[in-house]
Amino acid sequence: MKNRWIALYVENQVGVLAKVSGLFSAKSYNLQTLTVGTTERDDVSRMTISVMADDATFEQIKKQLNAMVEVIKVIDLTTLPIHMKEILYAKVSALKPEGKTEAFQIAQVFNQGGNVKIVDIGEDSVLFECTLTERKNNELVALLKSRFKKIEVTRGGAVAVESISSSCR
Amino acid sequence: MALNITGRKLFVKALKEEGVDTIFAYPGGMITDIIDELYKTEGINVVLGRHEQALVHEAEGYARATGKTAVVLVTSGPGATNTITGIADAYYDSIPMVIFTGQVPLHLIGNDAFQEVDIVGMTRSITKYGVTVRNRDDMGKIIKMGFQIASTGKPGPVLIDIPKDIQTISGDPEYPEHVDIRGYHPNETVHIGQLKKAYRLLKTAKQPLLLAGGGVRIAGAEDKLVKFAEKMNIPVTTTIMAKGVMPEDHPLFIGNCGMHGRYAANKAVTECDVLFSIGTRFNDRITGELDEFAPKAKIVHVDIASASISRNVSVDVPVTADAKIALERLVEYAERIECKEWLTEIKAWEAEHPLSMPKSKIGVCPQDVCEAISEVFPNANIVTDVGQHQMWATQFIQLNKGQEFITSGGLGTMGFGFPAAIGASIGNPHKPVVLITGDGGFQMNMQEMATAMSNKHQIIICIFNNSNLGMVRQMQQLFYGKRYEITDLSSSDGHYYPDFMEWANSYSCKGIRITNDEEIKSALNEAKANKKGPTVLEFIVSPDDLVLPMVKSGTPLSDMILR
Repeated sequence: MKNRWIALYVENQVGVLAKVSGLFSAKSYNLQTLTVGTTERDDVSRMTISVMADDATFEQIKKQLNAMVEVIKVIDLTTLPIHMKEILYAKVSALKPEGKTEAFQIAQVFNQGGNVKIVDIGEDSVLFECTLTERKNNELVALLKSRFKKIEVTRGGAVAVESISSSCR
Repeated sequence: MALNITGRKLFVKALKEEGVDTIFAYPGGMITDIIDELYKTEGINVVLGRHEQALVHEAEGYARATGKTAVVLVTSGPGATNTITGIADAYYDSIPMVIFTGQVPLHLIGNDAFQEVDIVGMTRSITKYGVTVRNRDDMGKIIKMGFQIASTGKPGPVLIDIPKDIQTISGDPEYPEHVDIRGYHPNETVHIGQLKKAYRLLKTAKQPLLLAGGGVRIAGAEDKLVKFAEKMNIPVTTTIMAKGVMPEDHPLFIGNCGMHGRYAANKAVTECDVLFSIGTRFNDRITGELDEFAPKAKIVHVDIASASISRNVSVDVPVTADAKIALERLVEYAERIECKEWLTEIKAWEAEHPLSMPKSKIGVCPQDVCEAISEVFPNANIVTDVGQHQMWATQFIQLNKGQEFITSGGLGTMGFGFPAAIGASIGNPHKPVVLITGDGGFQMNMQEMATAMSNKHQIIICIFNNSNLGMVRQMQQLFYGKRYEITDLSSSDGHYYPDFMEWANSYSCKGIRITNDEEIKSALNEAKANKKGPTVLEFIVSPDDLVLPMVKSGTPLSDMILR
């Protein structure tokens, strides 16, 4: 079992998301994340899907997706150079003053070029806004959980695009 | 520019341009406009069923008997939900069909309106494509797409949901000749390199075996298959969906394989060194325990759906292609393989355990009935329901060229047989249809007798009545210590209901009850003489008769229960 990535071009129509996600539930495929949004063309959407699967199952998933009328193109991103980011919000609450300081330190360490920021603050709470790779977000969440008692995490799922000449996944 | 027309007019125009001359319909509130338009239309036979599930099975029988794409029209809500079992059946047996459902008007969708259901959502996993027409000007394009998708590639059902207001709004009058669908590219070629690789592998075999599935029949590649087998001199086994693709008296044909396949065929699958399979999805009824399926063989798999390849069985040489396109090429390559010993070995297995049923203590012997049907009706289309009678039919009915064997293979839908037989007779009115059914499955759609009487075609309804749900009873007998829970269909007063003879009479239909082997042929001949409608033949069968051989679900094909 490995984590795999697929990009999917689909018709931007009612029910297509339900059809694609329905495949994963109907066939018991282990869906990790699924994001979707429109592309430069109004009638085409692009999905980024991550799934845990062995080789044979993953082949089958790609074939099943390809067989759908509404699916225009399937791209296996697993081994391609890509750029990938996921937006994450983490609200850390019930902070003492020293905790607040530590939160800012963490943000500072994780931040590279503005991709981790504290964008909101209250008497005893701060809000992280991160645009990191999924793995880096996992690490940040793990750290926050180990350091603070009360955190609330909202994640958007990863979005990926094929690289031009550099990559980041 | 041509004047705009209403949706209902475009609907009929589309059917005409698709060459549809028969549709299967049941009325209801959300399709009254379309029905009214059909009233004004010449040249389309509208078949009224008695239940929407049966209507879809009728359409399946029609599609199987004619090779055409069948069309179903039902209303919204319960009309639509009643079709679901039929749609699933058509999906699993790859039957080309377009189902039109009425829908509440656009502004009511989502309101839980009267007779509103999300039928597109409900059928998403059992249709090739499903869509609600939300814009009148898209209607022509969508219907065209529906027919294209249903009938090409691996065929299947398409559902088109038409809200009531779309049927009356005026819009684009054009019905396109062709629609480009950017996400749909059915395979129309074959990778020659891969096909040659498959052929070379077959050529090295000492113990080769061809396994043909329903895809060979769907592709119309029966003759090519026979020719390929003959030129190469290799034995052929089939799945149930391919029964009849090779004449059953052909010296290279060794019978069906699978759960209730022939001993020799299952042995051959187990012992072969190259299994060359075409147009099968390696359903679990064919493979038995997967890890021990064809354990000694390199496997070639030719299938039009790449998603069928290496899904259940891992394959050595995959070839994505239509069976006919592949076989046309293969016939060109084919050179004889010398495998006399192998053929002799298979013959010896057949002699060791030929297919044969012991005579029953009560009633008639199902084998004798099937053999008599083959003899009395050498040209009829054969339709079955699901259960023991179905397996006996696969084992003992001998098919000739031009005879269709129509059965519910993938979904195993009890209640399929009778309506499918009606649909087959509507598709081919001059060809007799013999329905082989059980008393359980028959009762699931016996209301269709009214449909059968309205159409007056020759259908010989052979009910194998053992007053039990025999297939499950057989499992209770063999694997559950004879604890016969809810498989006995007799009433607590000891009687069997209904009395099929009186029931047939109530439809002004002739019924004959056959209780011993001597009466079988005369009854069949009497039915043969009645060309103007259905005849009911009730064959009394012992509940203790078993379908054998049997491979218990989840065990290897070589572990056959033989007696």
